[in-house]
Amino acid sequence: METIDICHSGLKPLPGRKPWALVGVVASGNLEVLLEREEGDRCYVHIETSVPGFATVWRAVVEDFVTRAAPGGLRISINDCGARPDTVSLRLLQGARLMEDAP
Amino acid sequence: MTTATRKVWDAARQDRNARRAAGAAFADGKLVPAANTTALLESVICPGDRLCVEGDNQKQADHLAAALAAADPAKLYDLHIVQSGVVLPEHIDLFRRGIAKKLDFSYSGPQSTAIARALRAGTIELGAIHTYLELFARYFVDLTPNVALIAAVSADREGNLYTGANTEDTPTIVEATAFKNGIVVAQVNTLVDRVPRVDIPADQVDFVIVAPRPFYVEPLFTRDPASLTELHVLMAMLAIRGIYAEYGIRRLNHGIGFSTAAIELLLPTYGEQLGLKGKIATHWALNPHPTLIPAIESGWVEQIHCFGSEVGMQDYIAARPDIFFTGRDGSLRSNRALCQVAGLYACDLFIGSTLQIDLAGNSSTVLRDRIAGFGGAPNMGSDPHGRRHPSEPWLKAGREGASEQGMAQGRKLVVQMVESFGDKMAPVFVEELDCVALADELKLDLVPIMIRGDDVTHIVTAEGIANLLLCRTAGEREQAIRGVAGYTDVGRGRDKAMVARLRERRAILYPEDLGIDVLEAQRHLLAARSIKDLVRWSEGLYQPPGKFRNW
Repeated sequence: METIDICHSGLKPLPGRKPWALVGVVASGNLEVLLEREEGDRCYVHIETSVPGFATVWRAVVEDFVTRAAPGGLRISINDCGARPDTVSLRLLQGARLMEDAP
Repeated sequence: MTTATRKVWDAARQDRNARRAAGAAFADGKLVPAANTTALLESVICPGDRLCVEGDNQKQADHLAAALAAADPAKLYDLHIVQSGVVLPEHIDLFRRGIAKKLDFSYSGPQSTAIARALRAGTIELGAIHTYLELFARYFVDLTPNVALIAAVSADREGNLYTGANTEDTPTIVEATAFKNGIVVAQVNTLVDRVPRVDIPADQVDFVIVAPRPFYVEPLFTRDPASLTELHVLMAMLAIRGIYAEYGIRRLNHGIGFSTAAIELLLPTYGEQLGLKGKIATHWALNPHPTLIPAIESGWVEQIHCFGSEVGMQDYIAARPDIFFTGRDGSLRSNRALCQVAGLYACDLFIGSTLQIDLAGNSSTVLRDRIAGFGGAPNMGSDPHGRRHPSEPWLKAGREGASEQGMAQGRKLVVQMVESFGDKMAPVFVEELDCVALADELKLDLVPIMIRGDDVTHIVTAEGIANLLLCRTAGEREQAIRGVAGYTDVGRGRDKAMVARLRERRAILYPEDLGIDVLEAQRHLLAARSIKDLVRWSEGLYQPPGKFRNW
């Protein structure tokens, strides 16, 4: 198990008012993403992954997500069970979209 | 001129007659008891013969293959095997036991690792890896079989054969062999008084053997919807919106991957929402994929011509003769050679998957330890320069691909649809295909590229679509490919500024550029989410093979 923490700041706040959202499932090759809204312009991502050695890829995935979704004021916790980067990327975007929807 | 110097013009026919006479010792008329199979084969086959042991994409003349592999290598040796599929362990045994020496084939599937090993060890002398059409073509020019060992469902006492739904390669093999002084030996499941329909007429068949067991058929085209992920759904949404709808694709061929299965299952849901029914995906060159059942039942499909059949689909097909090509007996008539021609000349789009793609868009299913062959992909996935009939999608693709003004010319759409990482996180996008090193190691004259980069028009991944038609230079193509290559090294090595420019020109399309909401990419969008759902859609007519039943 490896733990990775990534933080981006100075981001536009994510639209919508939904306080939290959960996407994905804990299953092999998949992942669970919990998104919680908080004060500020930061996007804080905490990753617990079963596959060590992919920190660079995780940073790249999160960086793209931050560019595409502008997720300011979010705390994201990821419980990864060996999901591929494409799946991670899709889940993050789905999570942000879910938060934008009306509560 | 005296008779002593007169040239003999029927030496091959005389040879065939002699072989038939030798084989007759083990037969009662054309019928040969199964126990005599090896003895029959030793009497009608000669060392050095070109031989086809029918091994198709699906059905296998397995009894004949096993009987041949049991032959005495002192009697039968140096055979040259010319068959499309090298699928059974017995096919490899022929080479291991020294019965066969040279191989010309198309597809190896389950034996891909064994073939690679045998090539390295020198037990197989490789002629070439062909496409189906290419090998069939050579049957009539320079690879005509001396003996063909084929498989059919039933025979009558005259030797008329009924192949049933899996006709596949049989008519092509028999045509080449029987009309060029060859011997045709058929294994059948049963002997009947009257065959349901005549697929191969008796005067093209020399010997018939009732095999101890029905011939083996591999369920190759069954994709369990339960295995489809949200990435497959997203890729299918991209393809439907960004390619099928964009070009108005009505005539098409699908490969056997999971992502194309997702497209099939999205037609009655997502396709319906987009109002595309009747406008896309109406005419098909396709094996009877179970995952197409919901689209057929929802009235999307007008007709389908099949290369082969699929295990469990017989009753469903027989009940839908408006859609499928069926015989007077009611069952499917498939024909690999003709369906390949249909896919090549009468379809506007091919979409399939692959294991590796390089920076020029070349793709290959050959990995360092696996030679899976080509099957039909290089023909389906190529622009046929001999095509002369226009259609809207073909003309539009031609316009997009034309760099200079000139005479209007069409272009077939050839789409590769891949997840950027394959099994065990192996990247699909690579700087150099494994087959380049392998060709070097095995001293092959030709690098076994499956689909050539200059034939590929689009690459679809979960990241987006690269439209290579709109790229004008090799540099642009490379960046368009990198721009959809996800988090592979190739993808992360992209020039972000150039990718942004290509995106402005719509040479790269991401989901948001097509109005696709990623939140919609969920499994509930699939018209069937399990094999059982497919059975339900078919009103119980589809009977999935045991390994796909989990209820």
